[in-house]
Amino acid sequence: MITLTGVTKSFGAKRVLQGVDLTVDSGTSMVVIGGSGTGKSVLIKCILGLVKPDAGTITLDGQDVTLADRDAFLARFGMLFQGGALFDSLRVWENVAFRLMQGALKQPADRARAVAIEKLRRVGLGPDVADLFPAELSGGMQKRVGLARAIAAEPEVIFFDEPTTGLDPIMAGVINALIREIVGEMGATAITITHDMTSVRAIADRVAMLHDGVIRWVGPVGELDATSDPYVQQFVHGRADGPINPVR
Amino acid sequence: MTPAVPLAALGRATLGAVAAVGRVAIFAGLILARMVQPPFYARAFVTALMQIGWFSLPVVGLTALFTGGALALQIYSGGARFNAESVVPSIVAIGMVRELGPVLGGLMVAARVASSIAAEIGTMKVTEQIDALVTLSTDPIRYLAVPRVLAATLAVPVLVAVGDTIGIMGGWLVGTTRLNFNSATYIRNTVDFLEFWDVGSGLVKGAAFGFFIALMGCYHGMNSARGAQGVGAATKAAVVSASVLILAANYLLTEVFFTS
Repeated sequence: MITLTGVTKSFGAKRVLQGVDLTVDSGTSMVVIGGSGTGKSVLIKCILGLVKPDAGTITLDGQDVTLADRDAFLARFGMLFQGGALFDSLRVWENVAFRLMQGALKQPADRARAVAIEKLRRVGLGPDVADLFPAELSGGMQKRVGLARAIAAEPEVIFFDEPTTGLDPIMAGVINALIREIVGEMGATAITITHDMTSVRAIADRVAMLHDGVIRWVGPVGELDATSDPYVQQFVHGRADGPINPVR
Repeated sequence: MTPAVPLAALGRATLGAVAAVGRVAIFAGLILARMVQPPFYARAFVTALMQIGWFSLPVVGLTALFTGGALALQIYSGGARFNAESVVPSIVAIGMVRELGPVLGGLMVAARVASSIAAEIGTMKVTEQIDALVTLSTDPIRYLAVPRVLAATLAVPVLVAVGDTIGIMGGWLVGTTRLNFNSATYIRNTVDFLEFWDVGSGLVKGAAFGFFIALMGCYHGMNSARGAQGVGAATKAAVVSASVLILAANYLLTEVFFTS
């Protein structure tokens, strides 16, 4: 279980997170929605330790993440970055097997390659892709490789940062379905950042809305349409009029 | 405008410069500390060695060749004013190995390598590849900076040695074909005049310049601002700062090596 309590983060005068309280139960798929620039990515970077919060606590299974052994802590996580963040200088299989080729999880190269090819197959890519470089792949294929990399070490918690941004609707649907299937079969905890409502409905067990630096609403995905919260309603229906100022 | 306004601006600029030096020094310390602690990334080191050393050979060689030739012409025409044309071989040799080989070689490598490192690491930063490294339990300084700094520190002295040799050959080529020097005499004067420390000091300078080149490339790349403009600014800052450091370090090392 991941618990955030009173997490704040500012960049200069800009207060991005202003006291975020959020609990994500183990094995559930939480989707965090919110407008662009509301701090959704900062939120998951705080959990991972990529950004240091100004105040507040973040715990994983009751242990403060800042006190945990860093390598052991990160080994429990996988992350799919918005743009894929694949390493240009490495081949596809080396990207996927990156974690398996160093540190505590280090394996022989042929074994790591076999695992990478299996994970590529799991995301619908053939072994012929393994020896290509990321620049030779389409955007959708890069996202799939990023997904394969995120699940390569079978993490307990997986983050998805805008997994369908920049993809056509069909490829977005494929990625959403893959995320749902993989999270389900691995029994992993998933936190997804998105403002794509199709993704929300496809991926989420629970939804949290981040607005003005705090969690404005949180509940099961089935209650998303029924809630009377005007912020959620404006966001879900994509209305220009409402309490959320479209010009931020 | 009160007198305090320019003083305040001067104070801010001074504090900013001191803070920047401090940040670079801390970054250099982090790299040096990781050089002696495993894990080491041998493949990244070999790749960096090829990129920095092997692929810089043509530009360093051509620079040295033309510089050695021009130096021979200049010394010949200058020496003719007091009947000292015969010093061409020895002055070309000492000029190349002590100063021009290390400095021009260093500046050419700075232009080629510091820019390349800063652009590559800067792009990795803005495309979240450095964040990805962290989430994959990999220290970006250890994985990206240490192999490059170590490779540059080892490769640039070798480039300087090659550049010295080619530069002296350039002088010999011009001396024997344009200035009517006897080939055997030219070579004997070159070899006889040079001392070990003439060459050794240039190689030590090369190692220092290599360290600064890669350090500046990595530092500015890792601190790149967002977007194409941010990466462009980081690249420019890397080349400028590496070049200035090379020239400043060259003066200081010359003071240390040759004035005592």
